[in-house]
Amino acid sequence: MWKFHKWFERHTLILLVGILVMVSIGGLVQITPLFFIESTIERVEGVRPYTPLELAGRQVYIREGCYTCHSQMIRPLRDEVERYGHYSLAAESMYDHPFQWGSKRTGPDLARVGGRYSDEWHRAHLVDPRSVVPESVMPPYAFLANAEVNTSLMPDHVRANRLLNVPYTDEQLASAATDARAQAEPMGENAYDFQERYPDAVVRDFDGDPTRVTEMDALIAYLQMLGTGVDFETFQAEAPENQR
Amino acid sequence: MNFGRLRPLHTNAVIFAFGGNVLIATSFYVVQRTCRARLAGGLWPWFVFWGFQLVIVLAGTGYLLGVTQGREYAELPWYTDIWLTVVWVTYLLVFLGTLWKRQEKHIYVANWFYLAFIVTIAMLHLVNNMAIPVSFSGWFSYSLFSGVQDALTQWWYGHNAVGFFLTAGFLGIMYYFIPKQADRPVYSYRLSIIHFWALIFLYIWAGPHHLHYTALPQWAQTLGMTFSLMLWMPSWGGMINGLMTLSGAWDKLRTDPVLRMLVVSVAFYGMSTFEGPVMSIRAVNSLSHYTDWTIGHVHSGALGWVAFVSFGALYCLTMWLWKKRQVSHALVEWHFWLSTLGIVLYITSMWVAGIMQGLMWRAYNEFGFLEYSFVESVEAMHPYYLIRALGGVLFLVGALIMAYNLWRTATGKDPAVERASDVPAQAVAAE
Repeated sequence: MWKFHKWFERHTLILLVGILVMVSIGGLVQITPLFFIESTIERVEGVRPYTPLELAGRQVYIREGCYTCHSQMIRPLRDEVERYGHYSLAAESMYDHPFQWGSKRTGPDLARVGGRYSDEWHRAHLVDPRSVVPESVMPPYAFLANAEVNTSLMPDHVRANRLLNVPYTDEQLASAATDARAQAEPMGENAYDFQERYPDAVVRDFDGDPTRVTEMDALIAYLQMLGTGVDFETFQAEAPENQR
Repeated sequence: MNFGRLRPLHTNAVIFAFGGNVLIATSFYVVQRTCRARLAGGLWPWFVFWGFQLVIVLAGTGYLLGVTQGREYAELPWYTDIWLTVVWVTYLLVFLGTLWKRQEKHIYVANWFYLAFIVTIAMLHLVNNMAIPVSFSGWFSYSLFSGVQDALTQWWYGHNAVGFFLTAGFLGIMYYFIPKQADRPVYSYRLSIIHFWALIFLYIWAGPHHLHYTALPQWAQTLGMTFSLMLWMPSWGGMINGLMTLSGAWDKLRTDPVLRMLVVSVAFYGMSTFEGPVMSIRAVNSLSHYTDWTIGHVHSGALGWVAFVSFGALYCLTMWLWKKRQVSHALVEWHFWLSTLGIVLYITSMWVAGIMQGLMWRAYNEFGFLEYSFVESVEAMHPYYLIRALGGVLFLVGALIMAYNLWRTATGKDPAVERASDVPAQAVAAE
């Protein structure tokens, strides 16, 4: 048997092919089925694509590396469900390119932070975390309130997502730039049209500065929608189709 | 500038800038020595070196400016990913070309590991970084996969960045530098065959243990845990092969601090590859996940194994490349003990911190309510973070002493340098 191994030791190509075969199997067996097994993602009502403003906020979340300290994945353990809310479903991150489940909780989980605090609280917290949580070790993000969102780029973002099969309509694509602005201007002229296109989204002046749309608007809009999509009154966790 | 931007800079600097450069340097050295051939490709090895430095510069400056994909250890934006692919494929071709030119019949075991590392990293990098850029003038992109599929792809990548970058590649270092510095043949040729193939086959499956109790289907979690437990065996196969190479030369640990550093790195390898499977057990993971225990585990591997085996190799390379000069043993002793103490402080404080965090999060009071708010667990971490910082400083001081020692040896400024024996040691595995 040991003699047989000389083939690998004496021929570079055979060694190379041997390695390639060995390291390919695991990934093929584990990852590819996730794209084909239907029960991988639960069928639930209420999960929608991000609005353009939320997409911009998500970009801020990624850019600032929020995932290095905050998870977005509540595990089905008693203490987590009591602390953070219903455990996370696969369906809830189905439009997340990339996923932001995280791996470390230096700060708390954010999967269901949406609606838990007021916009004012978020604003104060992002500007100076210790003004609302004295023991916090989070860095301040006051500069977000002074950085305007370049809404003219949002159609490109929506288009990229559409290429990845995120179900944005033609209308949502065409109005992505105005929608990004409209969601932060409840008294603006496009607020009604925006609400028509995204019935489940909230329209508010998230950063309290009505004159412009800032990254503070975008990030708070994103945080306020996290985990709010699925109606858990109707979700049947014990139903066979939701057992995985 | 904030933690969220510095953390990718830290992980990438350690893994890819430090680890990557050590791997490229040692692999180029080892493949030439063990093949008795010059590097293939003329100037292309220089392209690999400078191309990789450019990746590091682009990565580091980008992270500080917030240019990131938001994927752990794969934060590079799409254009740097493409550049890295070009550099990496060139690296593979130079390595393969040198193997083809070899004057030895057999490909030495260290080169199996180097080759597995280069090939697998190429595969992981290509699959995990598939993305659609928002525009060709901007850095932002959307990953091809989303949600649960993306999570498993990322941790298939993430865990095997550990498995192939930080393990297989550095085992290549172990298989050349320990036998050479100890002047003994590798302990068991058959063990090296078994543990090589088992290691590269099993490692690829272990990714899902990063996703226990998440929305990943349970069958995948169970597979990941099972293979992680099995992985313990080939990992310890490597450790045994490294340690037992010292058979008949154990006394050298007293007299040669460079060899001691290499051997202690293998001991740390054994410890963290035991800790890893333990943490991959679902019940243990339910406590350890999201806590600083993971951070401690990673650092026992990164500081104890990866860095120590690299330091040992760097001492050896400096002595061998600069006309057999001797590094100052006294300074190596200082480096060794300061850094070892630093590691011990670091990992023990993180064990305590992590387990405490996990227990505080799940603690209930007598009325059935959660005992602690989240921020109380944050507050409780302070003393341990201080101990960890002290450990990190000690480790860094050790590394600076090494840098001084290497510089002094290379420039020959130390009048006390001894001449090492001019007799070259045999490094080829016994059959």
